[in-house]
Amino acid sequence: MAKQDYEMVMGLEVHAELSTKTKIFCSCPTEFGGEPNAHTCPICMAMPGTLPVLNEKVVEYAVKAGLAVNCEISRDSKNDRKNYFYPDLPKAYQISQFDKPLCKAGYIEIEDDNGNPKKIGITRIHIEEDSGKLNHNEFSGGSLVDLNRAGVPLIEIVSEPDLRSPGEAERYLKKLKSILEYIEVSDCKMQEGSLRADVNVSVRKKDAKEFGTRTEMKNMNSFKAITRAIEYEADRQIDVIEQGGKIDQETLRWDDVSGKTFSMRDKEDAQDYRYFPEPDLVAIKLSEEYIQNVKNNLPELPESRKARYMEEFNLSEKDSRLLTASKYLSNMFEEAQSICKNAKAVANWLLSDISRILNEKEMEPENIPFTGKEVAKLVELIDKGTISSAIAKKVVEELFENPKDPEEIIKEKGWIQISDEGAIQGIVMEILKNNPQSIADYKAGKDRALGFLVGQAMKQTKGKANPQMLNKMFLEELNK
Amino acid sequence: MDITELTVHELQEKLKNSELTSYDITKAYTDKIQEKEKDVQAFVTELSEEALKQAKEIDEKRKAGEELSNLAGIPIGIKDIICTKGVRTTCSSKMLENFIAPYDATVMEKVNAEGLIDLGKLNMDEFAMGGSTEYSYFKKTRNPWNLNKVPGGSSGGSAAAVAAGLVPWALGTDTGGSIRQPASFCGIVGLKPTYGLVSRYGVVAFASSLDQVGPMTKDVTDCAMLLNIIAGRDEKDTTSVDNGDKDYVKSLKNDVKGLKIGVPKEYFGEGINSEVKQKLEEAIERYKKLGAIVEECSLDIADYALATYYIVACAEASSNLGRFDGIRYGHRTENFTNLKELYRNSRSEGFGDEVKRRIILGTYVLSSGYYDAYYKKAQQVRTLVMNEFSKLFEKYDVLLTPTSPTVAFDVGSKTNNPLEMYLADICTVSVNIAGLPGISVPCGVDSQGMPIGMQLIGNRFKEETILNAAYTFEQDYKFREKYKPQFVK
Repeated sequence: MAKQDYEMVMGLEVHAELSTKTKIFCSCPTEFGGEPNAHTCPICMAMPGTLPVLNEKVVEYAVKAGLAVNCEISRDSKNDRKNYFYPDLPKAYQISQFDKPLCKAGYIEIEDDNGNPKKIGITRIHIEEDSGKLNHNEFSGGSLVDLNRAGVPLIEIVSEPDLRSPGEAERYLKKLKSILEYIEVSDCKMQEGSLRADVNVSVRKKDAKEFGTRTEMKNMNSFKAITRAIEYEADRQIDVIEQGGKIDQETLRWDDVSGKTFSMRDKEDAQDYRYFPEPDLVAIKLSEEYIQNVKNNLPELPESRKARYMEEFNLSEKDSRLLTASKYLSNMFEEAQSICKNAKAVANWLLSDISRILNEKEMEPENIPFTGKEVAKLVELIDKGTISSAIAKKVVEELFENPKDPEEIIKEKGWIQISDEGAIQGIVMEILKNNPQSIADYKAGKDRALGFLVGQAMKQTKGKANPQMLNKMFLEELNK
Repeated sequence: MDITELTVHELQEKLKNSELTSYDITKAYTDKIQEKEKDVQAFVTELSEEALKQAKEIDEKRKAGEELSNLAGIPIGIKDIICTKGVRTTCSSKMLENFIAPYDATVMEKVNAEGLIDLGKLNMDEFAMGGSTEYSYFKKTRNPWNLNKVPGGSSGGSAAAVAAGLVPWALGTDTGGSIRQPASFCGIVGLKPTYGLVSRYGVVAFASSLDQVGPMTKDVTDCAMLLNIIAGRDEKDTTSVDNGDKDYVKSLKNDVKGLKIGVPKEYFGEGINSEVKQKLEEAIERYKKLGAIVEECSLDIADYALATYYIVACAEASSNLGRFDGIRYGHRTENFTNLKELYRNSRSEGFGDEVKRRIILGTYVLSSGYYDAYYKKAQQVRTLVMNEFSKLFEKYDVLLTPTSPTVAFDVGSKTNNPLEMYLADICTVSVNIAGLPGISVPCGVDSQGMPIGMQLIGNRFKEETILNAAYTFEQDYKFREKYKPQFVK
């Protein structure tokens, strides 16, 4: 059998660090970085006798996330201890949630590979604390423990095994990330580890009813790594099965450099976490009123923003969807639009040149080094005829390299459009003088000659001449 | 006048009348420690010098007319499981031999705010696991009534120090009887408050859902005074509860007329020493004489309380003690080449046998495949125990039982038989399982002159009821006037 006879089945476990000011069980800051162990106290260092106090913001953020992905919110929830030894886990247990998560049974809508809408089920969302970090000391051979991250609040979002392709997995994760950004509960920075995804992958024959044995992959910190890892792992599993082998249920580590997965631990040495209810914390009881209040204060979500763009700005469904896929891109659009009042042009620049450059550079919209103000200025300069679109493209490139006011860029670079009638007239005359053949062609009915002449003029002025004026004056001269 | 024989409320009176200074009082105690500590062995860390210095400072402040609490300058002893900023907190374990907390437990903050002077950290069974204080890594504390006997445990250092007059009063902790049983063995008063009445912040956790800090005192009035200081909601412990600033001293009315006392027959059956039983029966008669209504009742579920207790307590302990891994503080082995060895050897060397036994037991009952049969079942039984007690409290104000089935036993007689040691908790554990308040008051001595304790159990947050019942008994029986520790060698 061949690869196309198999179907991939995937589920994602996504950990998102919540952007609360303080940690989940103490008042240390959640800030990323800092001197090792600068953001610690007796509680997050697990000194004897200390007790956790649940940060109410963490519950609120998790409920927000649950509501944004259509979950049921538990009125009665609790914390549990997950016990295991590791130096980055100072209490030797992680306070998490086991059988009573805060949110359950939700879904996110994405597009499948054929562009049709598809619901991906969300099994549960629960709150838990992050662990610290180990810095392996290459000189002494030992390891140093940094507990700055210990106790930073996380939500774990577990999907149903509803994903059927790497594309679906990527779109699901992007959609989820976008929602979390919209509701402002997480920074979702994959490089800093504030958004992390583990993928469960299995394969089965296309007509099979049962799922195959799954493996769990960890350590992927970009969308690209996730897609590559899934493709690699699915192929590996198909190969094993095709050769008559059996898939072992195991945890794998993705190595982005070699592009391969490696076994971390198999089912035999699976940890027994000895979950039990956390006796140091009281049950989490949420009233209808509380939940309703969080619901009423949810910010605009991508779906409704998309509808608004189609309605208010007359943008196409596709453009509206692409713009709202990222909160950052969408906010940039709104900022620029509010200044220059040319929604269509702003949308075009964001979705064409700016998105193309993001793609080339493998950057996320949040890393765009300039703001909506610059985009608005760019559109205004085009609208006023100060620069041509050709120049504008160069300005966009320049904005990524050296972000500043586009007006300054074009002044510095000498890119201001030539719209002076006398100057344009001079250029037109010169080009005509040097291209008698084109004049003849035009007279003979070849309209393309006009385009050639304008092109020559643009070339000579390095794109600075106003193309509309060129067009008009060439026509006048040719038709004389 | 021997100052160390006075109760705290008597000392308070003499401080107020300027009959005594804080220095007089503190000096009397440090002298007594000097004299008797070698026999009693109650302290892990003595703070005599610091205490005398503090006493002088408080006297000067008082002289200068500074506003002080009327207990300021009275000493106290602290069980070595309660974190004290700048003074080591060992839990009587090699694991924490050199551990100095950079913070005070909430109860310590309250004690300090009152101006009480810490005389030292008192011995206990390692991590509060045991009933005789023989499981201390440092020393075996002796019973001041007979130095060949144990003081009980785990708060044996606290009980012995109060009984021997080495401290006027002390704080202990009680997870399954660790305040009440040693109080009973040493002829003093010990109260385990309702779960949630006193903050657990800064108290090294043994079993989080059972642990409570409580007073260990010479009499019931002192007990109510110390409870006034330590009780109340603490933002740092979300399981703690607001008690509306009750004044427990005011609840001591010396009147039990019409008080309904239930006597669960299960606590007077097999295994209860006949002399203990006899003294309890005399106490019941005394209550009747004082006007209380006493009835026999039944608490069937009591039989299951001990098993339930050891499952829940060990499960929580196995998790709570995980943090002692040799990484950030506490004992670290010198003998390791990798992480696993660092963990294994640090913990093997740092913990004593009883602690290991309970960690193993607790780990087992939480393991996948066993969780439902043990831990989950135990939690279900726990609910039943609570319900049974609730039913009894619909009918009675107080339940009366022995505190321990026996008087203090000989040093070394049970250390090789953990099961027998566990049975010493049989009368006290159900109170922790149900989260109720319980007090032990002396109700006599046996033919060998060893004290016998009576346990009074109240409904949730009804400390005032059992304190008044204990007080009324105490005022009529006058145990302290009749009997004194003899330091028999």
